[in-house]
Amino acid sequence: MTEMTNTFTLDGKEIPFREGETIMAAATAAGVYIPHLCHRPGFKPHGSCKLCTVNIDGRPSAACTHLAAAGMRVESETEALNADRRALTQMLFVEGNHICPSCEKSGNCQLQAVAYHLGMSTPHFTHFYPARDVDASHPDVLLDRNRCILCELCVRASRDVDGKNVFGIGGRGIRSRLIVNAASGRLADTGLAVTDRAVAVCPTGALLRKRDGFSVPIGERRYDRHTISDVTTETEEERPRHD
Amino acid sequence: MPVSLETAADPENLKRVVIEPVSRVEGHGKVTLLLDADDRVRQARLHIVEFRGFEKFIQGRPYWEVPVLVQRLCGICPVSHHLAASKALDIIVGARALTPTAEKMRRLMHMGQILQSHALHFFHLASPDLLFGFEADVAERNIAHLAAVAPEVAKKGVLLRKYGQEIIRHTAGKRIHGTGSVPGGVNKNLSRAERASLLGEIDAIIAWSREAVDIVKRLFAENARLYETFGRFESGRLSLVRADGALDLYDGGLRATDAAGATLFDHADYQRYYELIHEEVKPWSYMKFPFLVERGAEAGWYRVGPLARVVHCDFIPTELAETERRALLDFDGGGALSAPLGYHWARMIEMLHAAEGIRELLLDNDLSGDDLLAGGERQLRGVGIIEAPRGTLIHHYRINEDEQIVSANLIVSTTHNNRAMNEAVCQVARQYFDGRELTEGLLNHIEIAIRAFDPCLSCATHALGKMPLELELRDAAGRRIGGLRRET
Ligand code: SF4
Ligand code: FES
Repeated sequence: MTEMTNTFTLDGKEIPFREGETIMAAATAAGVYIPHLCHRPGFKPHGSCKLCTVNIDGRPSAACTHLAAAGMRVESETEALNADRRALTQMLFVEGNHICPSCEKSGNCQLQAVAYHLGMSTPHFTHFYPARDVDASHPDVLLDRNRCILCELCVRASRDVDGKNVFGIGGRGIRSRLIVNAASGRLADTGLAVTDRAVAVCPTGALLRKRDGFSVPIGERRYDRHTISDVTTETEEERPRHD
Repeated sequence: MPVSLETAADPENLKRVVIEPVSRVEGHGKVTLLLDADDRVRQARLHIVEFRGFEKFIQGRPYWEVPVLVQRLCGICPVSHHLAASKALDIIVGARALTPTAEKMRRLMHMGQILQSHALHFFHLASPDLLFGFEADVAERNIAHLAAVAPEVAKKGVLLRKYGQEIIRHTAGKRIHGTGSVPGGVNKNLSRAERASLLGEIDAIIAWSREAVDIVKRLFAENARLYETFGRFESGRLSLVRADGALDLYDGGLRATDAAGATLFDHADYQRYYELIHEEVKPWSYMKFPFLVERGAEAGWYRVGPLARVVHCDFIPTELAETERRALLDFDGGGALSAPLGYHWARMIEMLHAAEGIRELLLDNDLSGDDLLAGGERQLRGVGIIEAPRGTLIHHYRINEDEQIVSANLIVSTTHNNRAMNEAVCQVARQYFDGRELTEGLLNHIEIAIRAFDPCLSCATHALGKMPLELELRDAAGRRIGGLRRET
């Protein structure tokens, strides 16, 4: 185990880190929250959502991919950075079809929780209302692409943790979409199991265990009990169901 | 103003869907009066733009999402849709009977809904018309004016509604758009502490509900002729009743009677409602016209809602409300039973019943039980019916093997009462239209007739409590010869 003698400052606070650790990982270990969506502790960084953008010695960079270095001066909680984060989140909302009042992931959803955390009160931009499909073919898992933010966490989880490679991203630009690696393109024809990490890892309501629905009452949902800023795997993920 | 993020060179080629299920066409409730050759009112047509596209919108959605999704259909009684959908989905998940805790939690939620909706309907929206007179200035016909001249009455109205909303919050999780009822049961119970705190206020709620019944009773006694004849018409009735004939707003079998009170069917299993009730489409209305198959499209229309229920049932299973029901039945030899304004009387009796029912339920330890869900063999279709504040509400769903909604059919109370409201408006127009000019006074009277059934056509128009109304006059040849509109 490497001694943690090196530190950098994050919004003025000394943060120790190990050699090779990202700013995000070191901050999380020190209990400091940097807003993020495509990052999850323990996963290979992806750096796509840009929500975690911080200023490193004055230059913007993604905290989830940028390695920590001794003596860095990192700023995260600034008015300007949070305004950018809010705008990015608003864009995610209008690019998909996210209807929180009727979504079963409400209260358990990281996208919604980040939006609240950043003080987003309206979508601000015009809705795209894209036509996206639902894949309900799997007996125990529902894929609702209306709510997918293309974070690729399920892609990474299925490939790197479950060893199944069920998901991928196809298309480009605004036509990018989550694809299912089966000749039919349907979830039913993959080896996906409801207990796979790929299902649990989804930060939105795009990948869901079927029939869970609204079984958790308001008041006991994840973000009723935790704030999004206390980041652990437990606060960011469904625990696998053993029944 | 929303800012556009559109960057596509060919935005037209991007596929889009319209996501808003309630495509409320901004507009007015509109009433057309059709005259005969002698300039007498021949027919009245109420045009309300009902929610449209909803049945289409939910196609493909997973069934367990539906009870929460449907709450967006109504600003006044979302809980009614929440429960009617849950009941239909109970059938789909094979839960023919719920656990005692689930059944009672849902009944409690529904009683809270009846209480808050009836209080809103009467105190906030209708009582100013009745207390200040049908001719009163629009500016005076609202709860703010009521609060100024009769603060005690207004305050109790507000608190009654608030208590109903508290019951909803405790059972559904939130005052609006809660999630408490799920296919096969509920997602929470009520702790003993919650029950005790709600019980603390219930005696006052019951007492104020009794006072509310007295207000309408007194209005009837003081203005018997006006109240009995205003918009009066005869028709059949439809409602759920309990197996023993009692009033039951949450569940039961369908009972239908004709205008003379003869039974057409009784305790009918509502899973097959579509064999008993059909819907007719008319070219001039978006809204359908339901009718009893047995009587045919022309004669088979009926009324639903508080007055139909209170007249229909053999008894109300709570003591105080039952006493009041008898007083209504006996009033002036049955003079209130076909009167649109009798709806307000029946409504307040139901509010009293809800208050009494809430007390009974809160004392029941089953509410604190832990067995919340039931299930059984999956079915591909299910029907749920409940007696919503404004009347019978039908939800009917079919799903596919992948558990997605394939089709939905909803018949809301306003649709059941479509013909009945036209009839009441027609009668009022005959009573108050002088054959020449549309006046504010006439508009007021028509509005009061509609409000007896429906507080503000909220599923059709804009904001809660507002009922923008347009009146139009057409001669025997169908030519428009006059119009009048009001924004509030
Ligand atoms: S399905 Fe979920 S985890 Fe997968 S890319 Fe979409 S949002 Fe991310
Ligand atoms: S969390 Fe760093 S880019 Fe998404």
